[in-house]
Amino acid sequence: MDRLSQRKQGSHIHYGKWAYIFLVPFILAFFLFQFIPLFQTLYYSFFTYYDDMLSPTVGPTWSGLDNFKYIFTSSTLRPISFLGLSFGSVKFPDFWYYLINTILIWLIGFIPQILISLQLAIWFTDIKLNLKFQKIWKTVIYMPNLIMAAAFGMLFLMIFARNGPVMATLVDWKWLTNPIDVGNTQIGTRLIIAFLDFLMWFGNTTILLMAGVMGIDNSIFESALLDGASSRTIFHKITMPLLKPIFIYVVITSMIGGIQLFDVAQIFTQQTGGPSASSYTLMMWLYNLISNKENYGEAGALSFVMFVITAVLSVTVYKIIHPRINPAKDEALSRKKRIREYKDSPFTQAELANKTSLSENGVK
Amino acid sequence: MATISLPERITKSYRLQQTIKRIYCYFVLALLAFLCIFPLWTLMVNMTRNNGQIQSGFSWWFGSDFLANMKKCFNDTHLPVQTALLNSFAVSLSTSILSCYFSCLTAFVFNIYTFKGKKFFFTAIMLIMMIPTQVSALGFVQMMRAINATNLLWPLVIPSICSPIVFFYINQYMESILPFELIEAARVDGCSEIGIFHRIVIPIMKPALAVQFIFTFVGSWNNYFIPALLIDKSGKMTLPLVIASVKASDPSTFDLGKVYCLVGVSIIPLVLVYLVFSRFILRGMTEGAVKG
Repeated sequence: MDRLSQRKQGSHIHYGKWAYIFLVPFILAFFLFQFIPLFQTLYYSFFTYYDDMLSPTVGPTWSGLDNFKYIFTSSTLRPISFLGLSFGSVKFPDFWYYLINTILIWLIGFIPQILISLQLAIWFTDIKLNLKFQKIWKTVIYMPNLIMAAAFGMLFLMIFARNGPVMATLVDWKWLTNPIDVGNTQIGTRLIIAFLDFLMWFGNTTILLMAGVMGIDNSIFESALLDGASSRTIFHKITMPLLKPIFIYVVITSMIGGIQLFDVAQIFTQQTGGPSASSYTLMMWLYNLISNKENYGEAGALSFVMFVITAVLSVTVYKIIHPRINPAKDEALSRKKRIREYKDSPFTQAELANKTSLSENGVK
Repeated sequence: MATISLPERITKSYRLQQTIKRIYCYFVLALLAFLCIFPLWTLMVNMTRNNGQIQSGFSWWFGSDFLANMKKCFNDTHLPVQTALLNSFAVSLSTSILSCYFSCLTAFVFNIYTFKGKKFFFTAIMLIMMIPTQVSALGFVQMMRAINATNLLWPLVIPSICSPIVFFYINQYMESILPFELIEAARVDGCSEIGIFHRIVIPIMKPALAVQFIFTFVGSWNNYFIPALLIDKSGKMTLPLVIASVKASDPSTFDLGKVYCLVGVSIIPLVLVYLVFSRFILRGMTEGAVKG
């Protein structure tokens, strides 16, 4: 170990410059395509700056917080309806309206997703249950995750169309007398987009949670069993508390993904946001501000707000996965200690467990 | 895993209970699997039926108009499917090659060399990883508009040189596998530093690179937000853009058989690749999905 570190130190003298040379493309690409754009986005959020169809570009001229004011105060008349009954309309701030849409769709998709995924993760890892064909089940439920969201949106637009297969089947089974145009109802559009989100992500979540459950020391389960704990007690007193970090990680990453909901909603509602913009998301608004209005100031302000939301969520994630990515101790700790620390982190446990579960599938 | 002998529990009623629970589990799994497969099945069935048949109702089994639909799909003057397929393929392939190569190179740097600012750079990369591309999209689009780089494909490819998530995964793998002695030996034998990377590190890293190659390919293939902001000329469109340009309200372009084919062309190649490599993908997924 000593000689190795000595040699490493020696190599530092001769080879250090290569590190910088090899880092150039990565750092350069980062500065050009991520850092400067990010800085520019945030910078122009304080300026009046837009492309007008008729005149040349307006601005940039400093306008302080005007863009932010616009983002939070611009409002539109929205009809209030509940269960098909209309209660007139009210002026509602756009930002909150779109944020509520986004969160609502996320929640409708995410609540069943996390519950089902948790249940599946527990079933898949249950020794007594010993489910067969695990590889096939996992392959199938993970598959939608790789499908192009835009194509999926279009596919569902056709499947749930008035004359599409779903309505035809429901009428066939006499559940409906006449086919409904689901895409024309507020709740229908939200439900389908949320369902697509659920379908695309529940396999992913299942595998993550499963890895988490398998990372829990098996002897804990065994001793609980010996003490006569019911599976309900085991779930509440052992599985959930030990699964908590990964559970939170899954929830927050899903939240970050949810706030960025765009592709499916955009395609499924044909860029309109659905009836009375009930499925219009924050990202669709951003897209519209950049692409159609070409208003860099307002788009910048909205980006800024989104940046803050995701940053808060991301920092939480970073804190959770911190033990795994700690290069600061690179030099301070010996390699052995580092490896031990890496191995003890719940995430590594989960990964290792996942690896073994896939290679030793079926062997219980 | 050790099996526990609990004689008092393994009674007949207990076994029966387990069997019932198992049947219930299989039922739920089958239902979920059905939900996953049904859209794809419908897609494949409707790719083979003509517009009239699709409009008139649903069928569980294939029709006979697959080739006609495909022809219509590829020869449509409104939908540049052919060029979009080529564009998508070119963009995805170069994106995944670039991001894998440079991420591997960067991981190599962090694993082999000691240099000033190592800690700073690493933390910086970890932080970049957390910023969603959509947030900086505006600045990027503005920059590309300023240098007249809209309606070109390279802006979709070159930024992938800096892919922190790919780097992160490859770095994890390299940390656990790369023997420093091998690098030393190569140096003693007079191999250049870049030679070490090409001849030793890349071959060792093949499994991790393969997983990340697939993930980045899929990600780039499915990417919609940034291309939609940069490209509006039909000759430069990628597949998601073509799909987005289909207007359900316009009956002249909305031949259902054709649209199903368009969706099929975008989805099915990747599904096939996935089914072939699902083992590697599922294994890599837990580590690859850091960003969620």
